[in-house]
Amino acid sequence: MAIIETTNLHRDYQDGDSIIRAVDGINLSVEEGEFTAIIGPSGSGKTTLLNLIGGLDNPSQGEVIVDQKEIHELSDNELINFRLRHIGFVFQAYNLIPVLSAKENVEFIMQLQGKSAKERSKRALELLKAVGLEQQAHKRPNELSGGQQQRVAVARALASKPSFVLADEPTANLDSKSTEDLLDIMHKLNQEEGITFLFSTHDQRVIDRAQRLVYVEDGKIKSDTKK
Amino acid sequence: MLFKMAWRNVWRNKRRSIITMASVSFALFFALVMRSMQLGTYDQAYSSVINATTGYLQWQGEGYWEKQSLERSFSPNEEDLAKIENHPEVIDLVPRLESFALLASDHSDTRPGLIRGIEADKESLYFGLADKIESGHLPAKGENGVVLAKKLAENLGLSIGDTLVIIGQGYHGMSANGKYPVIGLAKLPNPDANKSTVFIGLEQMQELTGAFGQYTGLVLIPKSTDKLAALKTELSAKLSEGSEILTWREMMPELIQAMEADSAGGLAILFILYLVIGFGIFGTILMLSAERRPEFGILISIGMNRARLAVTTFMETSFLSLLGILLGSILSLPISWYYHLNPIQLSGEMEKMTEEYGMEPIIPFSVDPSIWLTHGLVVLVISMILGLYAVFSIYRLSPVKAMRR
Repeated sequence: MAIIETTNLHRDYQDGDSIIRAVDGINLSVEEGEFTAIIGPSGSGKTTLLNLIGGLDNPSQGEVIVDQKEIHELSDNELINFRLRHIGFVFQAYNLIPVLSAKENVEFIMQLQGKSAKERSKRALELLKAVGLEQQAHKRPNELSGGQQQRVAVARALASKPSFVLADEPTANLDSKSTEDLLDIMHKLNQEEGITFLFSTHDQRVIDRAQRLVYVEDGKIKSDTKK
Repeated sequence: MLFKMAWRNVWRNKRRSIITMASVSFALFFALVMRSMQLGTYDQAYSSVINATTGYLQWQGEGYWEKQSLERSFSPNEEDLAKIENHPEVIDLVPRLESFALLASDHSDTRPGLIRGIEADKESLYFGLADKIESGHLPAKGENGVVLAKKLAENLGLSIGDTLVIIGQGYHGMSANGKYPVIGLAKLPNPDANKSTVFIGLEQMQELTGAFGQYTGLVLIPKSTDKLAALKTELSAKLSEGSEILTWREMMPELIQAMEADSAGGLAILFILYLVIGFGIFGTILMLSAERRPEFGILISIGMNRARLAVTTFMETSFLSLLGILLGSILSLPISWYYHLNPIQLSGEMEKMTEEYGMEPIIPFSVDPSIWLTHGLVVLVISMILGLYAVFSIYRLSPVKAMRR
């Protein structure tokens, strides 16, 4: 069953007198449990597509249906609430709240969902264990390496039990070892727990691990291959 | 967790937060100390002038204050008197009968003067009149003698044991003439009063003027001076026609105007201090809003609604201000308290000038909690209004644009 479906999706930007077509009529369907990478050169429209799917940006035309719901029909507050309950995010940078510990960062999402303190604490520790950071639970982000911070971000993205995780170039700032560790964890979560991941990347190491590659160029899907 | 986040965010950039708090606290410190000194001085000036003249509340014949004549003196009926005397907020009544007259001595000198018929015990108890006696004594009940203000005695060439001649108009067109031995000299702080006042026993004054049983005023001694207007309204409602109660504010509007004119200068300085505080806080809020935009973008993206984010940021700026307010208040309190207990003593020309105006030559500081409360609240409100900038920027923020920076 498709949990993400875009139909004739467009996103145009005005740049002086000219119009830039960042996303140009993309039709994409992502099934539950996929481990999909959106790839392409810089400026091809990968991040814009992810932002549209995540409800962070509004399309100029077309639809984005997530969990059977056209998300761009929602109001700003409804959309924020929808993201909180249905979508996990991992960004390239500025991911964690610097004044909260790793555990508190993971708990934060659950608090926004109104979960009890006991439930939050239990699940946060489970998730930190799953990403191999149970020993670092009480450390603040500035006491963690870049790779560890991204692993905490993955744990946080999963804290709300989302339908899928959107990750925008999650390995862009990581060294090889940290990249491998992060990919191992995400791959394991995908394989063992069936969590759906949708990446944007041009990192070959991520591309090598992806099950499906959607190649985007000039805002259009040029190829869509499953391994 | 939002509270925790806001609190920790205050300490995220320690140096900046400390500088902001210091600017708030130092400006508030100066504002509080200055205001405490100013209001302390006013309180002292008010009480000196009020005690030396009208008292806080006076019960008079209707229209007496507008046209001060014995013809408008009054004799309260027993029912009204009982209502006022028995009111729980009224401690006592101090009766007075006053009139102007010509004063003469056997040295051929004649001066105009104010003759004040008093009950010496009560005037001393409530207004410290006995403390102002330099030589001799105040007239005891029924004693036939007068106390002259010192300068008046000098001008008339009179001293204790001499005779004062009073020539004036009494009640209902009677003549009011009499000879009285000088039994005391009083040094009155107000220069005008010091060259024109004569104190005489109340009964002697009533006899002199033929105004038997009459008063030009009964000074009410209230339990508290905080709610005089309310007390006046309550008491006035109980009185029958023909008399009225006035507060010192109604009797001495020129005193209020003089103090308000002086206070305006102080308020201008306060305004400048508030500007300093405002710019200090606003600078921090501007920097905070700018450098946190990517983080705000992330938080909105992952599902924190704008209202919660705005509340957290608002709490953070409020914490900053509150800490500054607390620090400024704590720093200023011991100084104000010390000078409240040990007022600054004026000397030289300042001392003379202050005494001439009928006030003690001291600068006492006020420790009225309302000073701290008012100025603390003003600063808090300023910071809250400025904090709205961060709130507006959160509501206008586009997460995608914010994260792109």
